Amino acid sequence: MFDSLSSRLDGIAKRLRGKGRLTEADVDEVMREIRTALLEADVNVHVVRSVTNRIREHAIGATKSTALDPGQQVIKAVHDELIRILGGETLRISYAAKPPTVVLMAGLQGSGKTTNSAKLAAWFKGQGRQPLLVGADLQRPAAVEQLRTLGAQIDVPVWSQPTDPIQVAADGLAEARRLGRDVVIVDTAGRLSIDSEMMEQVRQISASIDPDYTFLVIDAMTGQDAVQTASAFHETLEIDGVIMSKLDGDARGGAALSVKEVIGRPIAFASTGEKIDAFEQFHPDRMAGRILGMGDMLTLIEQAERAFEADQAEQAAARLMEGQFTFDDFLEQMQALKKMGPLSGVLGMMPGMPKELKNAKIDDDDLKPVEAIIRSMTREERARPELINGGRRARIAAGSGTSVAEVNRLVKQFSEMQKMMKRFGGAGMGGGRKARRASKGRGGSPFGGLGAPGATPDLGDLESLFGGQIPNSDPFGGLGRPK
Amino acid sequence: MNDMTWVYLLLVALVVAFGVGVVLLGRRRTRSGAESVEAPPTTQPAPVLIQEDEGAPTVDEVVAVNEVVDDVGVAEVEQIAPRSMRERLSRARSALSGAIGSVLGRSAIDAATWDELEEALLLADVGIGVTTALLDPLRDRVTSGSIESPEQLIDALRDEMFGRLAGADRSLHRRSDEGPSVWLVVGVNGVGKTTTIGKLAARESAAGTTVLLAAGDTFRAAAAEQLSMWAERSGSEFVRGAEGGDPSSVIFDGVERAASRGIPLVLADTAGRLHNKQNLMDELAKVRRVAEKGAGVVTETLLVIDATTGQNGLAQARQFHESTAVTGVVVTKLDGSAKGGIVFAVETELGIPVKYVGVGETIDDLVPFDPAEFVDALIGR
Repeated sequence: MFDSLSSRLDGIAKRLRGKGRLTEADVDEVMREIRTALLEADVNVHVVRSVTNRIREHAIGATKSTALDPGQQVIKAVHDELIRILGGETLRISYAAKPPTVVLMAGLQGSGKTTNSAKLAAWFKGQGRQPLLVGADLQRPAAVEQLRTLGAQIDVPVWSQPTDPIQVAADGLAEARRLGRDVVIVDTAGRLSIDSEMMEQVRQISASIDPDYTFLVIDAMTGQDAVQTASAFHETLEIDGVIMSKLDGDARGGAALSVKEVIGRPIAFASTGEKIDAFEQFHPDRMAGRILGMGDMLTLIEQAERAFEADQAEQAAARLMEGQFTFDDFLEQMQALKKMGPLSGVLGMMPGMPKELKNAKIDDDDLKPVEAIIRSMTREERARPELINGGRRARIAAGSGTSVAEVNRLVKQFSEMQKMMKRFGGAGMGGGRKARRASKGRGGSPFGGLGAPGATPDLGDLESLFGGQIPNSDPFGGLGRPK
Repeated sequence: MNDMTWVYLLLVALVVAFGVGVVLLGRRRTRSGAESVEAPPTTQPAPVLIQEDEGAPTVDEVVAVNEVVDDVGVAEVEQIAPRSMRERLSRARSALSGAIGSVLGRSAIDAATWDELEEALLLADVGIGVTTALLDPLRDRVTSGSIESPEQLIDALRDEMFGRLAGADRSLHRRSDEGPSVWLVVGVNGVGKTTTIGKLAARESAAGTTVLLAAGDTFRAAAAEQLSMWAERSGSEFVRGAEGGDPSSVIFDGVERAASRGIPLVLADTAGRLHNKQNLMDELAKVRRVAEKGAGVVTETLLVIDATTGQNGLAQARQFHESTAVTGVVVTKLDGSAKGGIVFAVETELGIPVKYVGVGETIDDLVPFDPAEFVDALIGR
């Protein structure tokens, strides 16, 4: 559908590559593309303007620079700018010295207040707290029933009375004190920011319970209006943070970026699925990657860092780049990979993964035969795959309960990958001739050597690996392009 | 297990291992000061180019079939006099009149004029593509001298937009014979499907049609209760199934009940679903097929779009249209500060007419879509 910002920039970067330096006209073109992509991501018009102005300054700087790949420099500027706007900090929830900690939920109709009240309650419960849900949405038919059903699902009590919302909120708080609950979450009716009567009502609710946190729930699919709505609610209630709902859709969520920029309050939580535990604290910096359409490389790296033994991984990578990667190393890495969680999730976070792959149902058990084959090899075979002849293959297949064909395939793929990664290694570490120019001064970015078009190693082997089985896919789109 | 899976898994393992190794090696080098480069960022990924991506996917998409749904909201009746679309939109209009006002306030058309017009359309969520397509021909006409004054320019823009919306069939269809017609109401979570059904039921009842409401949202907690309240208010028949039950069978039962009682119109509610979840969209396609298995014919599939929706609305419309052959759009919450410009894009890009507009929270706050009023509100005249 929409070309992602990065693919637009990619196209420009390719065209610019031959030039060596940018002209003013190039900068104009780049800025037009950036502007279009940000607008398609629903970033607010005014925010787009200030963002593009700042990026333009960087880009103009790039026109004067000859040392770097100017296209890459501009892309980096865009990304840095988005991260700057979203802010690096994740909201830290602190609890009231004298419990209960009071949370007020507000937002437009249909933004997801009731569901997210329950999700937030479940989250607090996970933090060892004892929340009470208060249903102060007496407007929408069956809203309180919905909250009660959700409360029962997560085993959190729900309190409400058919009086009036201000009364319910105040009484709910008293009820929490009586029951000794240490967190109270008050769900309120959806209201339009221009409905002065309803805004006054929520102001009074807020005044009567004096919340520690007031969260504004915003639908990730919201367009330009997000800023107006957020500003209006912020004026009335002093918002502490935003909860982004429906972030599991395919909306780019540019509204999030805009709200942060305009009201200066962080996105505190994000709702990422229909399941009640599909709710997490928001990492603002990662939103930049999403808006750019880059996949969630950060989370991936973080998980990887947790899962892989640092020294081991380092040694493995070094061997890999020297082309001395053995089946033992591979097995080790595979074990670590398993620790990163379900493979389908890991794949989903890889930038530029082809859609077929993202949607493919990959069972972690699929790894088992691979593991079995390797474990059926002798030590020598693992270290020197070239030893594996016909007789050995039959033995390995029998030992692992697989077929000779499967053993063949693994051995063949392994050796092809060895070759390929050796080339990657050369380029990525600045050892390759082609890479040297582009990687100069980019030592700070771990994947820079891979992401930079100028440093792209020859990936011909990769294509042969896939053997034409995935038409139109570019599995390493995020890491480089076949030339 | 097939070939592909192997290759992918191997690649991923290696890429991850490689990536971590490079990060760590990079750090070591920095620590030892071997290279005078900035520290490897731990909070920023490097700019990575990709070809196409729909944003970071979530891991739990596949399992999120019958779980909790975000709430559909609209408050209960608070009796106020029904207003026309024009009256309701006037509130929204004030936000834009600034831009148009300053366009008209200038003696000639200059660069700022274009910026302001573009900004007004973008702020209304019309989208950059459609906005450019609207303004470029006007630029040519200004260059050629056929448009001279700001007034003429605004009029020409209005005519152009109105022209693109003219001629569409915006009526809600029923079959001419005896059997029940089914209006299926679909959309993403929280746009106001259930409320729209309640208002449609009130409208049709008031016009003398007996209506049956089928609670096809068996998924969201208390959705059926919400619909039953609307049925009561509008004096309609009501059919529901078990919570978590099969929506297709609930709607099928509704159609059969309508047929046996001679009720001509079934309004079928469905659970909100995100259009990028294929399993849920497949379910919806099945609901539509099954609704016609018995005596009923689906004469309308109405896609409800929230006026606050941004550019994602186009993606929604495309996907729902693909799964259920959408016949019309209902745009809700147009009485707020959002102008709902995305439905202009939906209608002109995809050819799906906007049929009704939700402009308030009372039961009769659902009015036929009026293109002229909508365009005026969009450009702030």
